[in-house]
Amino acid sequence: MMQRRLILQGLISGGALGLAGCASLGGTSANKAKVLVVGGGYGGATVSKYIRLLSGHSIDVMMVEPNTAFVSCPVSNLVIGGQKTMADITNPYTGLSSKHGVRVVHDSVTAVDTAKKTATLAGGSTVSWDKLVLAPGIDFMWDQIQGLRDAHAAGQILHAWKAGPETMALRRQLEAMRDGGTYAIVIPEAPYRCPPGPYERASVIAAYFKKAKPKSKVLILDGNPDVTSKGPLFKKAWKDLYGDRVEYRPQHKAVAVNAKSGTVEFEVQGDVKADVLNVLPVMRAGALAVQTGLANANNRWCHVNFLNFESTAAKDVHVIGDAIQVAQGMPKSGHMANSHAKVTAAAIVAELQGIEVNPHPMVTNVCMSYVDDSHVIHVASVHEFVPTQKTFRTIGGSGGVSDVRSDLEARYAEAWAKNIWSDTLM
Amino acid sequence: MIRSPDPLTPPASSGSGKLRWLVALTAAAVLAAPALAKDPQRLRTRALASACAQCHGTEGQAVQGEALIRLAGLPQDYIIGQLLAFRTGARPATIMHQITRGYSQEQLEELSKFFAAQKPAP
Repeated sequence: MMQRRLILQGLISGGALGLAGCASLGGTSANKAKVLVVGGGYGGATVSKYIRLLSGHSIDVMMVEPNTAFVSCPVSNLVIGGQKTMADITNPYTGLSSKHGVRVVHDSVTAVDTAKKTATLAGGSTVSWDKLVLAPGIDFMWDQIQGLRDAHAAGQILHAWKAGPETMALRRQLEAMRDGGTYAIVIPEAPYRCPPGPYERASVIAAYFKKAKPKSKVLILDGNPDVTSKGPLFKKAWKDLYGDRVEYRPQHKAVAVNAKSGTVEFEVQGDVKADVLNVLPVMRAGALAVQTGLANANNRWCHVNFLNFESTAAKDVHVIGDAIQVAQGMPKSGHMANSHAKVTAAAIVAELQGIEVNPHPMVTNVCMSYVDDSHVIHVASVHEFVPTQKTFRTIGGSGGVSDVRSDLEARYAEAWAKNIWSDTLM
Repeated sequence: MIRSPDPLTPPASSGSGKLRWLVALTAAAVLAAPALAKDPQRLRTRALASACAQCHGTEGQAVQGEALIRLAGLPQDYIIGQLLAFRTGARPATIMHQITRGYSQEQLEELSKFFAAQKPAP
């Protein structure tokens, strides 16, 4: 144990990793517990901050994240629709280090040894931990749709389902499209990241077409039997706001793409052609979780103990966010990842301080979706851990969706984004 | 169509209201103790309250100038009154009736006490 800690301490005091903010909080001491967090999205950044906060800064936290700034997936559809810019959805990680003393390291973890409790960074260092939190987000199962891997690599068919450079690349494809063209979004079967996300994207692109390319069309090709989230509200918005400009087709499970001809082939339905093809690949837990042997739900998602989000495959390894096998009614969302992170942070602090882990944790979720530039709809839920079932259940009588789309909820959506970014990062 | 009137706003500032407000703020400033390690109940309360933070800021310190209000330092009676009014539907809302119906009265009281005790950030 002591040796492990000395390795991490050595790394930190050596300054090789450019760790900011530790000196002002008293640096490290040999008897402090060490938590390594892998991934700096909504889950990883939040768990890093809250372990520091809830332990009164008595637990050391290192967060490894390759990106040097946090680019939000929520709200990124508005960049694609042209209503917002990348700057609007980008925030620095510096608050985590300067305000909370998290050691933020911009690198990648290439391997985890759950027996030795170490992790190897791409830069070559080895980091030891007492507790590991993996927040790896999603990766893609390219081979489920023939031709998609190559079409994506060539920049011809994008997903833009991880906010970043691809968000703008899809925007540019839409700007370059002729008026009178068709944009098609292809949605995989649930579960996938952000259930209402594809329908929001279709909506805000339709809003862009209505203003800038009025002869153009949005085609939604859904692998599911119906709209996965807020169906009646989305369908009403499409009908009221866009008429024939938006067409929804359920039961369209894609099996192959041809980038050259702009064609998608489906399991049952006939081929569809479009000018801009936006194909969301089938998703699973981030590669690191899979390669570490934690994706024990169908080799795709990670089973966790919902009391503390500890992997059922490895002790002292916690998995949060989109990578987990969710409980019933629990969406893969940024808000939910932030909620997982807080239950996990409180449990890790309790365990490391030798106090009882809360036997009754709760999580909430709110997903706001824009249906045009200034109208929003939401879905909200409250979940409690039920000890007899060892899982989270939505609480009867709670939660629900908007009565109607409204500009008031658009103001709340703006405020939600500002507050969750602050809560996650600052 | 049900619309929430305005975002949660503090009580009207009548003379006595203003005084109560000041007293509450002063009390909050005194009571806002630093984070205590190894206090199981405090840890649970903070974890419970963290579920409000995505919309209302970490420990109730919402980003200022936005439509969702800061809970830190509001009077405890006011917070619990509003939460219960959302829960019964007496106060119309877009989301808060759906959220508050997921919590017991005891939990809502615990949250009110916690947020009232937070000192609003300058």
